Amino acid sequence: MKARFSRRDFLQASGALVVYFSAAPLVESLAAAQGPFATHPSHIDPEKLDSWLAVASDGTVTAYTGKCDFGQGMYTVQTQLVAEELCVSIQKVRLIQCDTSITPDQGTTSGSQSTPTNFNASGLGQAAATAREILAGMAAQKLGVPLQQVSIEEGVVSAKNGGRVSYGELIGGKHFDVAVSSTAKRRSPDEWKVLGHPIPSMDRAALMTGTFEFVHNVHVAGMVHGRVVRPPEIGATIAQLDDKSVAHIPGLIKVVVRNNFVGVVAEKQWQAAQAAKQLKVTWKPGPGLPPQKDFYDYLRKQPARDGMLVNSRDVDERLKSASQVLKATYVHPYQAHGSIGSSCAVADVQGDRATIWSATQSAYPTRQGISELIGIPVESVRVIFVRGSGCYGLNAADTVSYDAALLSQAVHRPVRVQLTRQDEFLSENYGAACVIEQRVGIDANGAIAVWDCETWAASMGGRPGYDRPGNVITGMLAGFEPEMVRPRSASEPSGDLRNGSNAVPSYMAGCVSGKCGGTGSVRSERVLTHAVKSPFLTGPLRSPLRLQNTFAHECFMDEISSHVGADPVAYRLKYLSEPRMLDVVKAAAKAANWEARPSPKRDAGGRGKAIGRGIACVAYEGDNGYAAMVAEVAVDPASGRVQPRRFVVAQDCGPVSNPDGLRNQIEGGTLQGMSRALGEEITWDGLKVTSIDWHTYHSLPLGIQVPEIECVLLDRPTAEATGAGETAITLVAAALGNAIFDATGARIREVPLTPDRITAALSSLHQTAGFRKHLPSAQPSPAAS
Amino acid sequence: MAAISLKVNGRVHSVDADPETPLLYVLSDDLQLRGPKFGCGLAQCGACTVMMRGRAVRSCVLPVGAVKQEEITTLEGLGTAERPHAIQQVFMEEGAAQCGFCLSGVILTAKALLDENPKASDEQMREAMSNVLCRCFAHTRMMRAIKRYQGELA
Repeated sequence: MKARFSRRDFLQASGALVVYFSAAPLVESLAAAQGPFATHPSHIDPEKLDSWLAVASDGTVTAYTGKCDFGQGMYTVQTQLVAEELCVSIQKVRLIQCDTSITPDQGTTSGSQSTPTNFNASGLGQAAATAREILAGMAAQKLGVPLQQVSIEEGVVSAKNGGRVSYGELIGGKHFDVAVSSTAKRRSPDEWKVLGHPIPSMDRAALMTGTFEFVHNVHVAGMVHGRVVRPPEIGATIAQLDDKSVAHIPGLIKVVVRNNFVGVVAEKQWQAAQAAKQLKVTWKPGPGLPPQKDFYDYLRKQPARDGMLVNSRDVDERLKSASQVLKATYVHPYQAHGSIGSSCAVADVQGDRATIWSATQSAYPTRQGISELIGIPVESVRVIFVRGSGCYGLNAADTVSYDAALLSQAVHRPVRVQLTRQDEFLSENYGAACVIEQRVGIDANGAIAVWDCETWAASMGGRPGYDRPGNVITGMLAGFEPEMVRPRSASEPSGDLRNGSNAVPSYMAGCVSGKCGGTGSVRSERVLTHAVKSPFLTGPLRSPLRLQNTFAHECFMDEISSHVGADPVAYRLKYLSEPRMLDVVKAAAKAANWEARPSPKRDAGGRGKAIGRGIACVAYEGDNGYAAMVAEVAVDPASGRVQPRRFVVAQDCGPVSNPDGLRNQIEGGTLQGMSRALGEEITWDGLKVTSIDWHTYHSLPLGIQVPEIECVLLDRPTAEATGAGETAITLVAAALGNAIFDATGARIREVPLTPDRITAALSSLHQTAGFRKHLPSAQPSPAAS
Repeated sequence: MAAISLKVNGRVHSVDADPETPLLYVLSDDLQLRGPKFGCGLAQCGACTVMMRGRAVRSCVLPVGAVKQEEITTLEGLGTAERPHAIQQVFMEEGAAQCGFCLSGVILTAKALLDENPKASDEQMREAMSNVLCRCFAHTRMMRAIKRYQGELA
C-alpha cells in the first residue's frame, strides 16, 4: 500500500491491467488488482469521456461506473450496455465499479435509479456511445473515407473500400480528451445484439464454485480483526467500562472507545469475538420505547413534518355529499434488511490516509462520512466497493465501514470488522413503520367521488449522504446527530406532482398547479403525509414507503370494489388513465385467467380450505416502472395458515436490457415480498429490540412450498428505461391481502398477515350475525363521518 | 493456541489456533477460503455450511478442535469454474442465485441429503432446507436446480 498512483498512471497502465482482468474475471481480488492510488477531490470529471472509458492497445475496454452490483445484476447488464454501445462482445469489456479513486461519482446505487441513470441519455451508456462515434470518426479519417462508409463490428471499423482499423490501433492506451456528447446517437433496441438478450449473469461460475470475492473475503497484509460492542438498546450510554475485563484474552490489541462507540481489536477474529462478548460495559439505559401494542396509535399522535402532495380543495365537501363514505386504516411494521451475511468491512487508516473496502451502496458519500468521522481530509480517503451480501437498501454496510475506520485509526493497522447478526438486527436502519388512513366517498352509482389519504411514517437517521454520519448507529454513537424530523405544517402542493413514495394512490388524477401527473382519474383528491420521529433508526428498505403505501392503496381499492359489488380488475381499470398501467393490469389478469366477479368468493367464510385470488398494481414512484400482480392463495381457516400457490406478475420497465436478469429480480422480489408480508416484523419490549436473530425475526426459508411465479414482460423498446428491482415486491402484501379476503372474507389491514391475525379476523366475522351482508369490510358510514 | 492439522478439500493444513475457534474462522481467515461464509454465527442460516463425513455441517459453531481427522469439503472443494460438480453445473445453468452469499448452505445441504437419499421426497427436501435461508429469495431457481440435479442422479 506504499506506492502512490494517480488515475493518469492507472489509465496508462490499464492495458496490462485489462489483460490481467480478462485472464481471471471476477475471481481475482478486485481490490488488489485495482492497486493503490492517491485521491483528488474533483479528479474524475463526469463530463469527460476518459472518466468513463479506456481502450487498451489490444482493444479491450475498461469502463468505470458509479453504480454497483449487489446481486441485482448491475455488473452484467452494465457490461452489456458498454459492449452494445461500443459494438464489441462482453468478453472485451471489464467493468470497474464504485471506487472513489477511479470511478465517477454517481451518488448512491439505490432507488431503482441505476438503469434510468446509466441506460438513458446520460451516464455510462452515453459515454460509450460517444466513444463509438469518436472512434468511427477517427477511423473514417484514417481510412480516407466519409463517415457514412464505415461500419463497426467487434471493435474493428471497416470501410467500404476494404480498409480496416481496430479500436486498439486507433486509441489503444491513449486518452480520448473529449467531453461526453449529449447528442451521440444511441443504438436503438431494434439494432441490439448484446442488450436485450438473456446473457447469463457473469458472476455465476465464481459464485457457484465458492471463489467469488465478497467484502468478507478481503485480506490485506497485516490485517487484524475488530468487533463492536453495541449498546443493548437505542439511546443507552456508557456508565462504566472495564477494559481489564478482557485483559486476559490472548491477542487482544486494544479496547477502543469513542463517546458511546465501543469496539475491540485483536489479532484473530475469534479473540476479537471473545473480547466483545466478555468486555464489561455498564450501560445507562436509554429513554425507553413506546409499547409495541399501542405503537401505531402513538405514531399518529406525534408532532410531524407534514407534506400535502395533492389537494383539490373540495375533499371535505365531497365527502359530506357522498352517498356513502368508506374508511379503513392500514398499518405496516418496522422490518429489517436482514442481509444473509452480517455486514463486514476492512479499513486501513495510516496517518492521514485511509482506504476502506466496503459493500456500501454509496462509495462517495461514505468517503465523505469517514473523512468527517475520523477527521482526515476527504481527498485522503479512498472507498473501494467490494460486493457484500444482498443489501436491499441501507443495511449495515455503511455503519460497519465506519466501525472499521474508527478501529483502524485507533490501532494503526488494517482492521476487518465483522458485525454479528445481533449487532445488525439491534440497530440497523429499519424500513419504516407506517400508518395509512383511507377514506373515499362513493356516489349513488357506486362510483368513487372523492379519495382522501393520510399517512404517518416513522423516521430517524437514514442514509448518511455526504454530511450526516450520525444517520447510522456508528456515527450516532461516536457523537454525531442523526437527522431528526423537524415538525412543520404542510404547505399547499405546487410544481409537479411528487409521488416518489407512492403516497398518492394510482387512481388519483394527481393534479398539481393545473397539471395532472397521476395515473388515475379521481379528481377530488387529497394526500397528506406526516413524517414522525421514530424511536429507532430508519432507512431505505427495498421499496421504501412505496411498499407500505401500496399495501394500503391496493387493499383499499379492493375494499371499495367489494363494497360496490364490482370485479376488482374491472373496477381498477375504470379508474386508471395511464395506458401503461391499464396494460399491465390487463396482461396480469389475462395470464392469470382472472375470473371476473366481485370479491370475496361466494363460498368465502366456510370452514374448509379456502382458495382465493387478489390483484394489485403500481406505477413505481409514479413513473419508474409499471407492474401488476395476481396472487392465488389457499387459506386454512382453522389455523389461519396461508399458502400462496401462484403469482403472475406483468411488468413494463421500458426496453428490457436483460430478460433473464429481470425475471430473476421479479421472482426474488415476489418471494421476498411474500416473506415480508407473511412473517417479518421487528419486535421490542419496553426497552429494547427483541427480534435479534433468525428465530425471532421470521424469514421464509428454502424449505417452503415455493409458489409458482409467472412473469409477463411487456417490452417497450421506444420508452425510457425504468427501474425494475423494486416493482414486484411493492405489490405482494396487497395482492396477498386481497387474495386472503377473496378466499375467506377476512380483511387483514396489518402486515405481517399472520395466522393469528387471520384466525382472529375470521372468528370476528363468524360472530357477526348475517355474515354475508357484512362483507364490505371497510367501515361504511353515512356521509360526514 | 495449538498447532492443529486440518484436512480441507484434499489438502492437509497446519494452523495455529485456539481449539475452541469456530471452524469457519480458520477456513476463511487462516486458509482464506471463500466458500463458507459468516452469515449469522448462530447456525441459523446455513451460509457457513461445509461437508464433513458426508453431512452438511455449520462451521460457524463447530470448534476447530472437534474436527480431528475428519476431512472437510467446502463449496470450492466440490468443483471449479472449469470443472464444476454436477450440482454446481445445474445451479450455473439455472442462474440460481442473486447475491450468492448463501450458496454454501443451499448447495451443500441439498447435496448432502441427495447423496444419502437420491430418492428423497419433496417433503424430505423441504424438511432438509427448512433452516436454510436465502434473503434474495432466489428460491424458485434454487429448488428447480436441486430438482434437476436429483433427476440427474436417477
